[in-house]
Amino acid sequence: MYVQALNEALVEEMGRDASVFLIGEDIGYSGGGVFRVTTGLADRFGDGRVRETPISESAIIGTAVGAAATGLRPVAEIMYMDFITCGMDQVANQAAKISFMSGGQVRLPLVIRTPSGMGTREAAQHSQSLEAWFVHTPGLKVVMPATVYDAKGLLKSSIRDDGPVLFIENRMLYYEKESVPEGEWVVPLGQAAIRREGDQLTVVATAYALHKALKAAEMVAGEVSVEVIDPRTLVPLDMEAITRSLEKTGRLLVVHEAPVRGGFGAEVVRRAMESAFEYLDCAPRVLGGAATPMPYSPPLEDACVPQVEDIVAAMRAMVGR
Amino acid sequence: MSDDGARLVGMLRTMYRIRFFEERVKELFGQNLIWGGVHLYIGQEAVATGACAALRRDDYLVSTHRGHGHCLAKGGDIRRTMAELMGRDTGYCRGRGGSMHLFDPEIGLLGGNGIVGAGLPIALGAALSAQYRGSDQVCACFFSDGASNQGTFHESLNLAALWKLPLVYICENNLYAATTPASKTLPLPDIYVRAAAYGIPGVSVDGNDVEAVYQAVSQAVTRARGGEGPSLVECKTYRIEGHCMVLDCHRDPEELAAWKERDPIRMFEGRLLEMGVIATDDIAELRSQAEADVREAVEYAQASPFPSADDLGLADLPAAVVAGF
Ligand SMILES: Cc1ncc(C[n+]2csc(CCOP(=O)(O)OP(=O)(O)O)c2C)c(N)n1
Repeated sequence: MYVQALNEALVEEMGRDASVFLIGEDIGYSGGGVFRVTTGLADRFGDGRVRETPISESAIIGTAVGAAATGLRPVAEIMYMDFITCGMDQVANQAAKISFMSGGQVRLPLVIRTPSGMGTREAAQHSQSLEAWFVHTPGLKVVMPATVYDAKGLLKSSIRDDGPVLFIENRMLYYEKESVPEGEWVVPLGQAAIRREGDQLTVVATAYALHKALKAAEMVAGEVSVEVIDPRTLVPLDMEAITRSLEKTGRLLVVHEAPVRGGFGAEVVRRAMESAFEYLDCAPRVLGGAATPMPYSPPLEDACVPQVEDIVAAMRAMVGR
Repeated sequence: MSDDGARLVGMLRTMYRIRFFEERVKELFGQNLIWGGVHLYIGQEAVATGACAALRRDDYLVSTHRGHGHCLAKGGDIRRTMAELMGRDTGYCRGRGGSMHLFDPEIGLLGGNGIVGAGLPIALGAALSAQYRGSDQVCACFFSDGASNQGTFHESLNLAALWKLPLVYICENNLYAATTPASKTLPLPDIYVRAAAYGIPGVSVDGNDVEAVYQAVSQAVTRARGGEGPSLVECKTYRIEGHCMVLDCHRDPEELAAWKERDPIRMFEGRLLEMGVIATDDIAELRSQAEADVREAVEYAQASPFPSADDLGLADLPAAVVAGF
């Protein structure tokens, strides 16, 4: 399971490197984090390395920043991505900039792990996909694992990375199952994965939307030959893989659950216009969330993000069927 | 019945309504008719009830993620509250808000909040607005032990004290924040003492004693209405249920049992019987009336339609995004 894979990555990295420690609300003996990612870690490593904090997001991230600047490798947990707003100065003005402003004298090897996404009927302050904010902020790496294998491999790479990394997990994926190898592996940051091969349409899809896009591609198989790409890290973005695919298919659809307006999809389209304009047969499209706070009531919530049928319709429309 | 007798009985009625409402919410969540983050108020009824009894209808109330009781005690409509939790179009927020986001400007309810500690600065604004307009309204700001560790707590108390805002801070210290015991997050067990840092009164009361809460909050309200500024009332209470429906935490069974012994409703029933304000028959009557109110609220909600996505007022729902690109 995705949640287990994350737990294993933390165990392995903490075992490998004594400078790695965890900090966050409810993550220690009291709970293992609300999504149980850190279950058992306090027993294993003690509360000196699994540091449970009061509800003080600014202090959690600030502590991680200060510790990273002084030689440790903190992994901070923000319980829901929505709550990162409370520590935003520490993320955007401190973590993202310190390395640069110090002329490279200060390294900031820290990871902020946080779940995002919708689908759990938790309304507007517990259902956001805020990745675009961080893609827009120079100085951060932004990682979004969509599979169990990547959850582990990318978290390990993120912890080993020397810069600040925002590691965005997806709540709907925590219990996703997948058979994975035994033992250790890492997935390098900045390498996309082709999840399905095809030659008529390239779909770039992130996190939970990847799973919807794969379902949609399956549903139109035989009609439309769809290539599905999982960028895995939004910053750095593996534009080469996307460009190579566009050379083959000539059509680009980006799918994510975050609002389309000013979103990551728009960024992929911009880059595609620069790198692959001559291959494109039609205008690229982005399918994403509505420009509304996420509503609570199920029929409203479902209407606000692309569903498999929306993706199917877009796929057909783009190849003229 | 004397005015005071009516007030006491009214408080008992409110506590029943909250308790039965919450018990029903728990069932409905189990039946998948209520979803998401739902935080029950069982065991804390005396705090909202006592505090709101000290407020006027036009006073403001800033609520939290655990706010069903605040809404009902402030005079919120039980049917619209239930309809909101059930995601219906007739709910307070027409299905947009849900459990954590109950708003009713008619009764001064400025919303629950899914962000712990975020209500404290908002309360400043409501109190400032009252002061600015020369109104004698006050703002009651509810929060809990966990929220007292957010920076917003300190920023809010500091500014309210500086500007002598008509604010009453009501801290519901229920000993846990999600899975973490307050002993692991508070360097001192008492939160009310922090008031001293801002030069405002801080008191601690038994939060399971509705009359004690009423008296303490009344004093703070009088002070605020009189232009003397904010106060902090810490109500020591206990969260009987888990943090939310899907997340409990380990609690010492003895601790839990001891607090169940101190059930605020049973304690108050006993007191009123002893005082001769009510008789056993009145209790049965009040309870069945409250149960009927809850039953009716559920029926109302269930008979209400879900909101329609067409009403979101958006041209750009996902399907349309493709078409309109
Ligand atoms: C800024 C922020 N951080 C974390 C959370 C997750 N969370 C929701 S309720 C809660 C515990 C709050 O504890 P407390 O303030 O004591 O209120 P209680 O639940 O005990 O009534 C936490 C950590 C949140 N909603 N917002």
